[in-house]
Amino acid sequence: MTINRRDFIKASAGAVGTAALGNLAGCASVQTGSAGPKVVVVGAGFGGATFARYLKLWAPQAQITVIEPNTKFVSCPFSNTVLAGVNQMEDITMPYDYLKQAVDNFVPDTVTAIDTAKQTVTTAGGKTFAYDKLVLAGGVELLFDKVQGYDAEAQKTIKHAWKASADQTGVLRQQLEAMPDGGTFVMSVPMSPYRCPPGPYERACMVATYFKKAKPKSKVIILDGNPDIASKKPLFLAAWKKHYGYGTDNSMIDYRPNNMPRMVDAKTMIVGTEFDEVKGDVINVVPPMRAATITGIAGVRDGNSGNWCTIDYRTFESKVTKNVHVLGDSTLTNFPKSGSVANNTGKMCAYALSEEFAGRQADPAPVVTNTCYSAGSESTAFHVATVFRWNEEKQSMVPPPNANGISSEESELEMAYMESWARNVWADTLGLPESYNFTAKG
Amino acid sequence: MKNSLAVTLLLAGALGTAASAYAVDTRARFIAANCSYCHGPDGKSRGAVPSLAGLEPGYFVDQMKAFKDGSRPGTVMKKHANGYTEAEYEMMAKYFAAIK
Repeated sequence: MTINRRDFIKASAGAVGTAALGNLAGCASVQTGSAGPKVVVVGAGFGGATFARYLKLWAPQAQITVIEPNTKFVSCPFSNTVLAGVNQMEDITMPYDYLKQAVDNFVPDTVTAIDTAKQTVTTAGGKTFAYDKLVLAGGVELLFDKVQGYDAEAQKTIKHAWKASADQTGVLRQQLEAMPDGGTFVMSVPMSPYRCPPGPYERACMVATYFKKAKPKSKVIILDGNPDIASKKPLFLAAWKKHYGYGTDNSMIDYRPNNMPRMVDAKTMIVGTEFDEVKGDVINVVPPMRAATITGIAGVRDGNSGNWCTIDYRTFESKVTKNVHVLGDSTLTNFPKSGSVANNTGKMCAYALSEEFAGRQADPAPVVTNTCYSAGSESTAFHVATVFRWNEEKQSMVPPPNANGISSEESELEMAYMESWARNVWADTLGLPESYNFTAKG
Repeated sequence: MKNSLAVTLLLAGALGTAASAYAVDTRARFIAANCSYCHGPDGKSRGAVPSLAGLEPGYFVDQMKAFKDGSRPGTVMKKHANGYTEAEYEMMAKYFAAIK
């Protein structure tokens, strides 16, 4: 008879507490000779970094390895303000130094193989890490091959800027700056589900706010793969009307629903949809996406035609593979794919695992929240806020009555809150000290 | 008790979140941590959103009730207040009150 490691951990922990975990992990350890359960986290974005930091606080005996290829954290939330020229890349870029201090092992590398039977992870750098728990927090994989012509060469000119970086967000900003007045910015919205539902509509606002000041004859054309504005619709429509002439002959924003980009041509600067060919001076196509590459390597993309990962809401464990937990944008849940949700569900998973490591059951009825701000103009913002609670009848996390909604209207107060949100969520995710000097402004 | 908590908090301060060396209500700790992406790690805000650390528990609970019934106007807080139970208001209040 074989006893699997999960059952053994549970049995040991239940019987004699965490000391047994230490013995077990000590026997199996290859990397650290450590005392606690080995937890490997792949990806240090809002989900992975928050998870790692909080697990160390709540289960200090856990031996936590974080594997992350980027040397610094670049925030996707707030990156549209870089396109507006309100902030620079350095304002949304933060160090991993404090996270590194908080965990046992921070490995700047890329995971290339996962053996879920042997419970090991191997990196491009040739290192192998054994795990008791594996946490995949890799965000999303962009599917360029779903858009004809969006090859490596075209990607040098056409930026998605849906993973914030100097090469994406930074270059797109430079392209907008170089564009002549009277030019056309063509951007796209992928089909739901996608990372950051209100993000594209906010992007239109942020580019338009820049045009209004610097290039007032220019236009923003939004090619939306969805039949309608997918998030905060009344608030975006109101902002477009109020600030950018939407609905008039002089509208700076031209919104086209049911217009999924099918092809791009970076030489002629054309985006093709099913119905139309649209020429742009600057083109920003966000391709369709699915759960992060790393979830494909682990074989845990089981949901929505094999594109996303289903999880147990109470532990974030994959529904198809034991001891593999999936966080953030890779998951298929009722939660929006937002930074707030990745941050808070990172804590939810840390809470569940810290309970398990202490020989207890995960909270059978958890509660978690989302609060997501979008900018409508340089000085105004608005929100969606939702509380999700475990619902036994539905076997799901759903909002209780009146615990979900959007702002009644945009306001300058909410822009101040949006700036505050960014600072606090960055501090919470990365463990930035109270003395940390934030430079991003709302 | 208070002193040992203060020392623990001081030690935990570098990591950013309150941890107590003795019996911890882990559910309260998690529910309170739900607030931190807006109100700051440990309820210590780095921006315009108010801090929650060190608030008097009765005041905290009264504010949540006031957001819920609308007597205190707000932006996001009515939705959050509607999503938690009064018992959870109390748990959060107690947790944040203990943070220096």
